[in-house]
Amino acid sequence: MADNFFLPQASLDTLFAALTGDGRRILAPTDRDGRTELNPVTSPGDVAKDYLQTILSAKEAAFPKVERLMSFSTGAGSVDLKDAEPSAVPTVLFGIRPCEASGFKALDAVFNWDTRDRFFNARMEALAVIGIGCTRKDDACFCTSVGGGPGSTSGSDILLTPVEGGFLAEVLTEKGKAMAALAPEAFKADPGLEKKVVEVPVAFDQPGLTKRLKDRFEDGIWVEQSLRCVGCGACAFVCPTCVCFDIVEEADAKGGHRLRTWDSCGGHMFTLHASGHNPRETQAQRWRQRVYHKFSYYPERYDMLGCVGCGKCTRACPVDMNLQEHLAEAAQA
Amino acid sequence: MDLREKSRQLLENGDVKAVIGYERGTMGARRPAFIRKAERADRLVFDEACAQNLATYLTRPEVRKLGRVAVAARPDTLRAILQLMAERQVKEENVLALAGDGTVELGTAQAIEEHLATCAKELPARDREILDRLSRMDRAQRWAFWQAELSRCVKCYACRNSCPMCYCGHCTMDCNRPQWVPVASHALGNLEYHMVRAMHLAGRCVECGDCGRACPVGIPIHLLTFNCEESVHLQFGQRAGASSKLDYALSTFRPDDKESFIR
Amino acid sequence: MTDTNIYLPHLMRIAKITQEAPAVKTFRLEFMDAAAAEAFSFETGQFGLYSAFGEGESTFCIASSPTRKGYIECTFREAGRVTAALADKEEGDVVGFRGPYGNRFPIEQWKGKNLVFIAGGIALPPLRSVIWNCLDLRDWFKDITIVYGARSVADLVYKDELKEWEARPDVNLVVTVDPGGDVPGWTGKVGFVPPVVEALNPSPDNTVALVCGPPIMIKLTLPVLAKLGFSPEAIFTTLENRMKCGLGKCGRCNTGSSYVCKDGPVYTLEQLNSLPAEY
Ligand SMILES: Cc1cc2nc3c(=O)[nH]c(=O)nc-3n(C[C@H](O)[C@H](O)[C@H](O)COP(=O)(O)OP(=O)(O)OC[C@H]3O[C@@H](n4cnc5c(N)ncnc54)[C@H](O)[C@@H]3O)c2cc1C
Ligand code: SF4
Ligand code: SF4
Ligand code: SF4
Ligand code: SF4
Ligand code: FES
Repeated sequence: MADNFFLPQASLDTLFAALTGDGRRILAPTDRDGRTELNPVTSPGDVAKDYLQTILSAKEAAFPKVERLMSFSTGAGSVDLKDAEPSAVPTVLFGIRPCEASGFKALDAVFNWDTRDRFFNARMEALAVIGIGCTRKDDACFCTSVGGGPGSTSGSDILLTPVEGGFLAEVLTEKGKAMAALAPEAFKADPGLEKKVVEVPVAFDQPGLTKRLKDRFEDGIWVEQSLRCVGCGACAFVCPTCVCFDIVEEADAKGGHRLRTWDSCGGHMFTLHASGHNPRETQAQRWRQRVYHKFSYYPERYDMLGCVGCGKCTRACPVDMNLQEHLAEAAQA
Repeated sequence: MDLREKSRQLLENGDVKAVIGYERGTMGARRPAFIRKAERADRLVFDEACAQNLATYLTRPEVRKLGRVAVAARPDTLRAILQLMAERQVKEENVLALAGDGTVELGTAQAIEEHLATCAKELPARDREILDRLSRMDRAQRWAFWQAELSRCVKCYACRNSCPMCYCGHCTMDCNRPQWVPVASHALGNLEYHMVRAMHLAGRCVECGDCGRACPVGIPIHLLTFNCEESVHLQFGQRAGASSKLDYALSTFRPDDKESFIR
Repeated sequence: MTDTNIYLPHLMRIAKITQEAPAVKTFRLEFMDAAAAEAFSFETGQFGLYSAFGEGESTFCIASSPTRKGYIECTFREAGRVTAALADKEEGDVVGFRGPYGNRFPIEQWKGKNLVFIAGGIALPPLRSVIWNCLDLRDWFKDITIVYGARSVADLVYKDELKEWEARPDVNLVVTVDPGGDVPGWTGKVGFVPPVVEALNPSPDNTVALVCGPPIMIKLTLPVLAKLGFSPEAIFTTLENRMKCGLGKCGRCNTGSSYVCKDGPVYTLEQLNSLPAEY
């Protein structure tokens, strides 16, 4: 059971100072150069004022777009390997939305379902999340269709919900308690605040969709839906749950590094063999993979969905592949 | 008569296999629509909000396979079609451009060229604003501006994949023997990607701005290719997309070229 | 809890290089770290990721048998960046290896059965591991038949081992080359693998068939086996989807919900029939 408090707007300064004083980096949405992005901040004044979401997701805090897996040096007939230490700076993600906060679970499912991924885990251990519930939404949002909600506490260590003069603070986890304990004076007794968030109507029947996908693989719907898709990586790269990656090598004659980078199942190179054979040759097959991975394979393999309904992909797509709309269509008989 | 009616007719008469146009999308946006059956033509819209360059679809294998298609064409789309013809990527007989209000049929390169002569090309206000800002900067400031912008790039290739002139089946970015450009989206990988892309579009960019429009993180990346295109224009006096018979400025020798080294 | 780096390869010394055919080589690899060698074990059918440092990693099956200790072998065709770099290596050079990954051939379930191995082209390596494994446990099985086809005589791999198998009374080896691929003095068969299998007419009774080869060979061989009366659960094959991690994380090797790197690469035809053909 969560411990509820009132966190006055003015007390955010105290909280931020306490967190930075504790040696933590605070990552929060900022509005620099007209774009809402996650950036390191030190005071609440740096945080974007009236934002819905950041363009890119919070996943980069645990799964950055490029990271080093190892280094090596090569000499005549010899190779020296150097293990890479994940750079896990103690970090507080402040102000991300409940959808994105819950996205880390979908990443965790893949990174740790069998063997454990040290790089992801080290960053997750050093990460604490102070989410902010949503009082605003747009047409791309569909969290409530995939088991989340604008006030969902899943994935947050502390969830703030805007109220008159500040926030209702739900301290949810041990990590949350530890953060609250750094600034006890900021957290006032809860006078019985009402948790009020925006209403997000359910757009489609997700269990029905997952069931429907079982026998829809060969359906012409995927061709029809994907005609306009240009096969870029925008949807995957902005997605808080897209976990696919590439491993690439950068080296000169003396040595180099092995790097992990984000990758996207939408690109034609993703499954291409050296021979030229490609198991997912057409954009329709690749679009279908995206939908199935999130709504059929995830439930089957990890007993959860690979999508939190944040709508970032819809907003980022250059050709407006509206995911919610496509899913609603696929869920139909 | 409007684009819907026109499309219906074309599809019913079998004049084209598909109409590539625009429909209403999320939050008031317009998005590409592929209409293959006459009864679906009423989804089409064609107005000021239709911005994307649909010529990009003409070189896709899926679309090539269809045969002759009609394209709802804004001036930039027309320029891209001409440039694709000049680069022998699109055959005159395989596209029908629907210009103006969507009912003006332009079935030949010549018709497109004549129509384009009546359209003025204007830089959007936002681009003008950024270019103004850039023109007041010194070299170091411009470098800093682009470094900051490119640091945001995630190498999603939405810019490349949206560009009508980035049709190469095996893009330099996809080559690994040799690995011309690092795959990773770090400072060097991003910079090299965009430099190579801008160079490859010098003399070929039709200045539609779609690459910048596609960028999810809002990098005005089209200004790089605009700049390269502009410098080709200044030096060689020609613009990409002006005609279906344009020789590629950077690989064509003319006796009156001002460089003398080749003579 | 401190996790180890699952992407870190073992360093391996190339103990021996055999040029099997044009652009096809076999490496015998030995662990450079004695403790790693001691801790290592694998089962037939499994694969690994092999590093050419500076170029990247490539996926090959482990082509040696688990019954042969102290080394592993891989046989690869030069196909791209990494395989070209590997092909440039010399004996004594160092490469990387991560593995073993994936599932295996369930050979203990085949005790008392006849085995028919059918391989085409460069696809003998995955079968070579299981062939040697079964030959080293020869009394577990009844008849063992090996059908192997390549484009030409020069393209046949493991030429010495083919001679060895040929000489063994307890192995029925049939080697064939495509029409036009024969050379003067060639004593094997001439013809494509599927008709050769059909003519051989192996009995499906109490028999397991293992088929590996280029997609077209597999596509044409499976109907032949069906015609001969083999049931889908008695036919085994391996898939080769592009891989990066080998650990069920990077997301590219799946065919439907099945991850070839974890749930494969070994599948029965019955299993493949229930999966989408994304391979
Ligand atoms: C389980 C499995 C077992 C295999 N066993 C063998 C074997 O025993 N011998 C052999 O010669 N080949 C085998 N292959 C195929 C081999 O992995 C590829 O030919 C090789 O990776 C090509 O790599 P490259 O870097 O030289 O080519 P590039 O074109 O430079 O490779 C680019 C990327 O694509 C990957 N890739 C390219 N083609 C394939 C492919 N066909 N399958 C999987 N990934 C590919 C590479 O790993 C690399 O990541 C196997 C593949 C798999 C999945
Ligand atoms: S859905 Fe959109 S963002 Fe995703 S690959 Fe297709 S065009 Fe790119
Ligand atoms: S698929 Fe789209 S809506 Fe779902 S989590 Fe990813 S970005 Fe958000
Ligand atoms: S480079 Fe950009 S502006 Fe130029 S043609 Fe391509 S998409 Fe249009
Ligand atoms: S669209 Fe933007 S983020 Fe994506 S590769 Fe191009 S410049 Fe980079
Ligand atoms: S190879 Fe990465 S998931 Fe299978």
